[in-house]
Amino acid sequence: MSGTPLLSLAIWVPILAGFVVLATGSDRNAPLARMLSLIGALAGLLVTLPLYTGFDLQTAAMQFVEFKSWIPRFNVNYHLGVDGISMPFVILNSFITVTVVLAGWQVIGNKVAQYNAGFLIMSGLLNGIFSALDGVLFYVFFEASLIPLYLIIGVWGGPNRVYAAFKFFLFTLFGSLLFLIALLYLFVTSGGSFSILDWQQMPIGLSAQTWLFLAFLVAFAVKVPMWPVHTWLPDAHVEAPTGGSIVLAAIALKLGAYGFLRFSLPIAPDASHELSGLVIGLSLIAIIYIGFVALVQDDMKKLVAYSSIAHMGFVTLGFFMFSAMGVEGALVQMISHGFVSGAMFFSIGVMYDRAHSRQIADYGGVVNTMPKFAAFFMLFAMANAGLPATSGFVGEFMVILAAVDHSFWVAFAAASTMIVGAAYTLWMYKRVVFGAVANHHVAELTDINAREFLIFVLFAVGALGMGLYPQPFTEVMHSSVNELLRHVALSKIQ
Amino acid sequence: MTLAEMQFLTPDLRLASAEIFIALMACLILMFDLLVKDRKRTTTFVATQLTLVGAAVVTFATSSGEISYTFSNMYVGDLMGDLLKLLLYLTVIVVLFYSRGYILEREQMAKGEYYVLVLFATLGMMVMISANHFVTIYVGLELLSLSLYAMVAMNRDSVPATEAAMKYFVLGALASGLLLYGMSMIYGATGTLEITAIAERLYMGQADKTILVFGLVFLVSGLAFKLGVVPFHMWIPDVYHGAPTAVTLFIASAPKLAAFAMVMRLLVNGLIVLAHDWQTMLILLSVLSMAIGNIAAIAQTNLKRMLAYSAISHMGFMLLGMVTGVVGGDARFALNAYSSSMFYVITYVLTSAGTFGMILLLARAGLESDELDDFKGLNKRSPWFAGMMMMMMFSMAGIPFFVGFFAKFSVLQAVVAAGYLWLAIVAILFSLIGCFYYLRVVKLMYFDQPTNTSAIQAPLDVKILMSANGLAVALLGIFPQALMSLCAFTLLRSL
Repeated sequence: MSGTPLLSLAIWVPILAGFVVLATGSDRNAPLARMLSLIGALAGLLVTLPLYTGFDLQTAAMQFVEFKSWIPRFNVNYHLGVDGISMPFVILNSFITVTVVLAGWQVIGNKVAQYNAGFLIMSGLLNGIFSALDGVLFYVFFEASLIPLYLIIGVWGGPNRVYAAFKFFLFTLFGSLLFLIALLYLFVTSGGSFSILDWQQMPIGLSAQTWLFLAFLVAFAVKVPMWPVHTWLPDAHVEAPTGGSIVLAAIALKLGAYGFLRFSLPIAPDASHELSGLVIGLSLIAIIYIGFVALVQDDMKKLVAYSSIAHMGFVTLGFFMFSAMGVEGALVQMISHGFVSGAMFFSIGVMYDRAHSRQIADYGGVVNTMPKFAAFFMLFAMANAGLPATSGFVGEFMVILAAVDHSFWVAFAAASTMIVGAAYTLWMYKRVVFGAVANHHVAELTDINAREFLIFVLFAVGALGMGLYPQPFTEVMHSSVNELLRHVALSKIQ
Repeated sequence: MTLAEMQFLTPDLRLASAEIFIALMACLILMFDLLVKDRKRTTTFVATQLTLVGAAVVTFATSSGEISYTFSNMYVGDLMGDLLKLLLYLTVIVVLFYSRGYILEREQMAKGEYYVLVLFATLGMMVMISANHFVTIYVGLELLSLSLYAMVAMNRDSVPATEAAMKYFVLGALASGLLLYGMSMIYGATGTLEITAIAERLYMGQADKTILVFGLVFLVSGLAFKLGVVPFHMWIPDVYHGAPTAVTLFIASAPKLAAFAMVMRLLVNGLIVLAHDWQTMLILLSVLSMAIGNIAAIAQTNLKRMLAYSAISHMGFMLLGMVTGVVGGDARFALNAYSSSMFYVITYVLTSAGTFGMILLLARAGLESDELDDFKGLNKRSPWFAGMMMMMMFSMAGIPFFVGFFAKFSVLQAVVAAGYLWLAIVAILFSLIGCFYYLRVVKLMYFDQPTNTSAIQAPLDVKILMSANGLAVALLGIFPQALMSLCAFTLLRSL
């Protein structure tokens, strides 16, 4: 398989499939559009699987590298490659796309082709972000991926969708524009290279590193999102259709965190050490303060959105401990959060499709009418709360262990919020699922059908599999994380 | 006098053969049109298009790749000029296709004069592009401007159009006055009107700097008027809005190429020694344009007016490339900087033509379709053209994979390379603001319900051309290398 351009396939197969789906046109062909989208998403997933099976665990170098000159005028190259940090996300993303297509199968009846095409194209663009090794290529995918999500929120979203779509687009664009200036600065100072790998090796003075770090921080903090630039996320989640929320939570948020590992830490290691206190502080605010904010939400989607911010706080916290345990824990947390938050949003979507409400107060006693659903929802609520044996526990536990090494009080603060996390998730679960049947809407609920069952099983395999046996996930990361940390420990100031 | 000496005195007409061809053909078409009885003027239309194609062939055939002068150095032929002229013909051809349906529906515009005026305006732009003399530039500019004044006023009974023509004329005359005054100052300081000779004398340090800079201020003001950058932008929104959309399309596309050439000829070819002075002025103009253009565009409800303010901000952004050519007397960034500006202008013209073309496409049965609300729910009416318009809007906003991103990218790259980091940050913050109103157009097309559900009726040629235009915006965004290096190559051979 060495000659097959696997990463190009991972990017372009879904995008091409998206255009094919678009070509089916109006809603008269909706069944065909759905079928084609599923085939496209499955093909997209299939081409990413050899990335795992053919992955060399021993090396930290980039694998499956593709290199073609793209814009020689500015030395911009179509340079792709993955290491143990990015490879899992390519597969996760392709996996999530399948679930998203399935999730919208019966629910979306309006402009089906455009809806599915949006997700397929976005899937390809997101794979592009994770596998780009050229700064411009990364940036181009990074920004282009805003367009499909903007349309998905705006066209298929809730009542306040326009506001949410604009806020999402402009917030993220603001961050990435400063990032563009940083890329151009690196291009000029490196003497004309846009290669991320070159930049990682290049010596940079501390003040320049600090500015670069801050530019990166703005871009990625908006995307993660970190407090105080997180306000777009709850709006986007609440208004987005279920599929949009799944992709947003499972993949789009990971881009920011991935950016820290690909850009901030290796390109500006000294500034990263210097300013680690800032990031740790912001992460702790996200974990603690946003955790309490989640506790008081009335809207289930908003609650899960805030819990996502808190969980991503663990990720950024893990990165800036500069230990293998912390970084790997954060990575595990990212993947786990992909499964768990995706499943949480899907659960809420299942209820919303039936009762057309996301208010916790409108529910109660769902277990009486939807027992199968309640069981799955229980599993994911537990995973979201970080129950051992689910994937949610592994990442958080590793990060907290790393934090203990770093500073007791940081660990104490982070660990104490596991209680808050359990509180808001389980309290919501209790109010929605348990108790007597609250009203006639709940009484009329029907339990999940085979399609929804299948999606839940897919998510459950991910969440439980990672919780019980995380090694297949951690072993691929190992060499790359160690190499990254070795690199970050070296000063680039000369 | 021997035959050899005679030849020496005869100007080399070959360099100007395309201009001569267009001038002759314009006169011929004007006369020929008197005989045409067809109300649709199909023959005139075809003849005009063929003239432009013919001019392209002539330009291509006579292009030598060398810098050569003729008419006693009043006229220059170089690769930059040839490329800009070829793009000019292409733009005008596309513009004529787009606007044909629109002018046929308006009795006062559906006349042969429209096509002749377009040809004369094209001729004026060609003269501007190839000028190596202040008088040549001025003649070209006036030929363009006078044709445009007449075109704006052509829909005679329309009050907004007449008002726009009046404003355009008065302010245009003022700008010409400023330009001429600046030219006369520079003539006073250097003793010549020939651009290359001015450059030489300035290089030798033979001119009085005070008078020169004084003249330069007027010259730059005149240029700023023609480019439509703040604070000389007042005519742009009114003219774009008031003029018949077909004419707005013309004003918003082709003349930008000529204006870029004029900036290159006057400031770079002629006054590069004063780069420090004019760059400072251009920075101010550029930042103000990006600020006012982008902020004022948000408040507009009319798409033509919104695009007018967007044009102001785009011209400001284009000027950024011009201000970074010479840093501290070091001109090694010049090629990079000017070619990025050139790329910016060309891609802007492409996108702008497509956007106004779309307004024309939606205009039906003598009604305008230039309010933002007319684009509501376009995705329901025609997903294909909504997609094209969306690409155009994202391109203008500078979002990849569309060509506008690489235009902004190459200019910003030049700005950062020249060490103006703060300028790059300012530019990018204003383009973020600009993003808002482009997104709003996408929102209207995709998120809102249509008020008018009629399908889009347009001739097939316009539909094909519109699609090609939209796809070009996307394709050039994915493969920008060819056009980028073409710009750099022609400039390298022309500077």
